[in-house]
Amino acid sequence: MWRVGTVVALHDETATARTITLEVSDWPGHVAGQHVDVRLTASDGYSAVRSYSIASAPNAEKRVELTVERLPNGEVSPYLTQEVAIGDPLEMRGPIGGWFVWRAQQTEPIQLVAGGSGIVPLMAMIRSRALAGSTAPFRLLYSVREPQAVFYREELQALSDQDHSLGLTYAYTRVAPKDWPRPAGRIDAALIANIAWPSKIVPTCYVCGPTSFVENASRLLTASGNDPEKIRTERFGPTGERQ
Amino acid sequence: MGVISRGFSGRRSAADVKLPPGHYLTTDFPVLSAGPTPHVSLDRWEFVIDDGANVLRRWDWKSFRDLPTETFTVDIHCVTRWSKLGTSWEGVSLDTMLADVKTDASHAMVPSYGDYTTNLPLNDLRNKQAWIAFRFDNKDLAPEHGGPARLLVPHLYLWKSAKWVRGITLMHQDKPGFWESLGYHIYGDPWREQRYSGDE
Repeated sequence: MWRVGTVVALHDETATARTITLEVSDWPGHVAGQHVDVRLTASDGYSAVRSYSIASAPNAEKRVELTVERLPNGEVSPYLTQEVAIGDPLEMRGPIGGWFVWRAQQTEPIQLVAGGSGIVPLMAMIRSRALAGSTAPFRLLYSVREPQAVFYREELQALSDQDHSLGLTYAYTRVAPKDWPRPAGRIDAALIANIAWPSKIVPTCYVCGPTSFVENASRLLTASGNDPEKIRTERFGPTGERQ
Repeated sequence: MGVISRGFSGRRSAADVKLPPGHYLTTDFPVLSAGPTPHVSLDRWEFVIDDGANVLRRWDWKSFRDLPTETFTVDIHCVTRWSKLGTSWEGVSLDTMLADVKTDASHAMVPSYGDYTTNLPLNDLRNKQAWIAFRFDNKDLAPEHGGPARLLVPHLYLWKSAKWVRGITLMHQDKPGFWESLGYHIYGDPWREQRYSGDE
């Protein structure tokens, strides 16, 4: 069933990523980590559909936020990040997915690992935790190309400052800020050993990002003693346009 | 027709190929899995056909590789909307592996290393349309794509083609597998666009 949302706000997260806030009058509610299918239709009836993760926490206001990264040769993401205007209707289906989700009833420690725009569904989990007043201990390891590529930086900092059970670590793969303690590079075993939950406390891990990032991160988590069954992954490929 | 998206024209495929509804072509091979990629060593790999109580057939890697193989070229369609045409594989037909299995079962559950499962009607595993594949593009199948061996049932969405397969459990009634319990369609025909539970 396709629903029609109305764009009520637009916010640029980075030079290539935009958050679209939709008001969806018949929204049935969602769980953090789920995604929607968005459908664009041309005037002759041609349509294209892609999946995007929901960035917002479940809320009572029938509002859904999507953060979309523009892909250079994308068919749908350039439209969503450059063309869509406030007041436009947008068709969507969902929420979809029952595996890569965090529910506020979960009390165990949570390790989140994001690569690039893979932060989006994990941000929904962090927001959902804050909104529900959950005290489940969360740690986020957020790997990005460079400082300008970080989504939600101020909000993440504010949430972490007011609640010390939300730990926040950035890792930069190409360009690190001046005086950053760790040189730019992929996440590695030493970083996981230093900043991830020790495997003996049995965290549930959520890893989201490009395929090669997720392969590497989930391998490192397994090698450091985490049970593969406690590691949930969501991958997006170069053509997947799925966040 | 849906709501018109002001100013959207789309990027249509120039090639005159027939794709399932809502699909676009890709030339690379995206990976979608629910968890870490398991690395299964060939010494402890096995493939078991059972009926839930009794083992009916069992192969280790060597006896599996002694079975006659087929090379085949098929189109594959992922529920996330990409299609890849003309992929070439080598594997053992499930007609071969099920040949001596006498059963009146109607369905099958296919389990994987890493605890993934998927369900199919047994007929969809027979009749020259399903294989246990171990080579892709003339190379051993990479672990992230399901190696050492994966099910390949190209006429259904690709999540039915379970990676890292370890057997088949025959069933007398249908039962949802992993994704089928989490909002995805019980059968998954791409040409009828059976993506999510509730789709006809």
